[in-house]
Amino acid sequence: MAETLAAPATDAHHDDHGHGHTITGISNEKLAMWLFLGSECLLFGGLISTFLLYRKKLNSFPGFENAEISKLGAQLFDIPFTSVSSFVLLMSSLTMVLAVSSLQRRDEQRMRIWLLATALLGASFIAGQIYEFTAFVKEGLGFTTNIFSSAFFTLTGFHGAHVVIGIIILMTMFAMSLQGRLGPERAEALEIAGLYWHFVDVVWVVVFVVVYLIK
Amino acid sequence: MAIVEREPLALTTGEPSNGSLEPLGVLARPSTKTGWRSWVSTVDHKKIGIMYGVTALFFFFVAGFEATLIRLQLAQPNGTVLSADLYNQVFTMHGVTMVFLVIMPMAAAFANYLLPLQVGARDVAFPRLNALSFWLFLFGGVFLNTSWVIGGGGPDCGWFCYAPNSGVVFSPTAGVDYYTLGLLITGVASSIGAINLIVTVLNLRAPGMSLFRMPVFTWMQLVVQMLLLFSLPVITVALFLLTFDRLFGANFFNVAQGADPLLWQHLFWIFGHPEVYILILPSFGIVSEVIPVFSRKPIYGYPFMVFSGIAIGFMGWGVWAHHMFASGIGPISVAAFSLATMFIAVPTGVKILNWMATMWGGRIRFTTAMLFAVGLVAMFTIGGLSGVTHSVAPADTQQTDTYYIVAHFHYVLFGGALLGLFSGMYFWWPKAFGHFLDEKLGKAHFWLMIIGFNLTFGPMHILGLQGMSRRIQTYQATDGLTFWNRVATFGVFVIAAGMLLFLYNIGSSYRSWKAAGRPNPGADPWDSRSLEWSIPSPTPEHNFDTIPTVRAADDFWHRKYGEDEHGRAVRIAATEDVVQKGDATGVHLPSPSYYPLVLAAGLPFIGYGLIFNLLLVIPGALLVLWGVYGWAYEPSTEPDDHHGDHGTAAAAHEEETSVG
Repeated sequence: MAETLAAPATDAHHDDHGHGHTITGISNEKLAMWLFLGSECLLFGGLISTFLLYRKKLNSFPGFENAEISKLGAQLFDIPFTSVSSFVLLMSSLTMVLAVSSLQRRDEQRMRIWLLATALLGASFIAGQIYEFTAFVKEGLGFTTNIFSSAFFTLTGFHGAHVVIGIIILMTMFAMSLQGRLGPERAEALEIAGLYWHFVDVVWVVVFVVVYLIK
Repeated sequence: MAIVEREPLALTTGEPSNGSLEPLGVLARPSTKTGWRSWVSTVDHKKIGIMYGVTALFFFFVAGFEATLIRLQLAQPNGTVLSADLYNQVFTMHGVTMVFLVIMPMAAAFANYLLPLQVGARDVAFPRLNALSFWLFLFGGVFLNTSWVIGGGGPDCGWFCYAPNSGVVFSPTAGVDYYTLGLLITGVASSIGAINLIVTVLNLRAPGMSLFRMPVFTWMQLVVQMLLLFSLPVITVALFLLTFDRLFGANFFNVAQGADPLLWQHLFWIFGHPEVYILILPSFGIVSEVIPVFSRKPIYGYPFMVFSGIAIGFMGWGVWAHHMFASGIGPISVAAFSLATMFIAVPTGVKILNWMATMWGGRIRFTTAMLFAVGLVAMFTIGGLSGVTHSVAPADTQQTDTYYIVAHFHYVLFGGALLGLFSGMYFWWPKAFGHFLDEKLGKAHFWLMIIGFNLTFGPMHILGLQGMSRRIQTYQATDGLTFWNRVATFGVFVIAAGMLLFLYNIGSSYRSWKAAGRPNPGADPWDSRSLEWSIPSPTPEHNFDTIPTVRAADDFWHRKYGEDEHGRAVRIAATEDVVQKGDATGVHLPSPSYYPLVLAAGLPFIGYGLIFNLLLVIPGALLVLWGVYGWAYEPSTEPDDHHGDHGTAAAAHEEETSVG
């Protein structure tokens, strides 16, 4: 019987034979985070599709019964305000990179400062979102008002929840660093947390465009 | 035997492994190796696999009982066994249980037990996450089934739970809330499991185990876990939207306000069709292991087997709307999805032909495992052919919501997935438990199953074409449907007899093995081909004494057999000389932990809290927080935990901080 494969004498030239301690050369934790983020893409994909389907369903909201979505941008959304908070969130990605880079350079003091800065920027974004949600509710646009509002609050709320979880992770790592549990040898753990943080930022870029900018 | 001692505790997270830092958790590190504590705290992929299997088998009997109730109700016209309302709940829970709590976890049992062994690893990549997956699945399944007792009845919306029909207006009891929240919990379990198993297969392969030397079962599981990883978030979205609608008054499915009634159908089937392949591909993998062993031939066309599996995995994403031909999605969509559905039959056909070509000319041993495998090939072919008839949209419009559809998917799920899983049980039982299942009882089990199955579901083709609607609790004597319904009801009792015989077989095989002085079946009782047979039965806790170096596909076979000049297999080494002894010492294993259980236990509280009283969410959230932080501050392997004789945690590194 012909066997499918004749065994090569050595395995050294196998291209999937990695250089690290795993066969692919990428650590288990990092690979797991990438896979998780891939899965998250589909989660936000579903939410964004739902929002796109429903973004014009504004009926039963006084003053917007037959509103064009283009008017909505002008009348409902405070685009300059949201642009600023988007900028704040994007800057937090920069500080996150600086935190990881500090730890890799064994500068734990600076790493903690950047970590705190990242968490604070994230928290400012969340504060902005809370302000925005409160303003909408005051104007009469609550979660249950119409189909648009349900889709809007769900999509942005899911993103906000991801930012909050990110802040909790960052603060946990900050605390661990103070206890001496996050030394330079664990730089990859911080890098993986950073992957999550950057992903959440990138998702916001898409959400911001889809919700606030497109006509 | 030299032990290849990999760096014992080089946690990639860099957690210092010198024990200088005290874990902050409240729970002491569990240390028992026997008794219930060793099971609830285990992170061993083999124990977790067995727990998956036991739980799935339990739910199988629950779902089988529900199926029997359905058939009793339909045994005669105007049946009175179940009310219309109860009938809705029973068929819903039958479907939900079979899909999410039987076939998926049973496949997960095999994946957990076998993937590390087949790729030559000591455990999965994240042993504690693996335990978390199991507990989430268990609690999610129990949560779902408690809807019978608390909450005014089970979900009554069908396993697909179409919104707006599943909204509060049409389904006012808490049943649908149990459905959404229960499936969210088991969905988290499957997502975590998918990440864990993909990393295991990609990262923990033994030296020389290149992707195209992996056993077909490992390949099929890799495809399945990829499908899970990317399809579960889509149903997660759908389940969240429905939960928000029902519990918080959102408007996603509020048609009165202008919501789109097709939104749920699209989201559900974008998940639901990959799910079909999630259910069947593990069994395809199992029979791809069983048939070569009992034909004494390598699998015919290994690359075709692998690539057709991958092709199914990709094309499975492009056929979801064939579940919606009757919903008015428009002629272009219908034509496109018809064509895609016809195309996906091609890789499936390739598999069927390859299995037959593997058997062709082989020296076939009809063991019980082989009988079930051949049963799958035959029965799945019938189900596959009736599936192709659905791709013809005009015919499908006629068949939609009739028993013809019920017949089709039972032929692929019962005749396909379940027969494959039973084949796997008879095949790997000696590897997992150290003794055989009785072959005589096993063959009786097989024949009862195959006869009962065909008696139950064969007539449904006819009933469906005669126009009998599914999900309707009764029919009239004048409909002319009575005879074949009687036959189907008779068939379900034959299946039940087969399943009881299987239970009896498990007990009696164990007892007679004990009475015979626990004879060991040996490492390789079937003369098999893959790595899990190169280690003792039952598998030692550390799996491999030394991590094998792989030089070919079916490496273990080639250690036993060479070829003569005619290409015939000739033995070159005795099996006892090529198998490992299982007597390695000083191997580090990941330490057991209670935190996966603590974390998972919080979620049902949150579920009940959302349904009944938000105050219940507080203890749930506290349990989750306790689990997460206890976990994060507990090293995955105790520094001074030598386990005396057990294995290196090459696999035991865990992401400590960024995984919730």
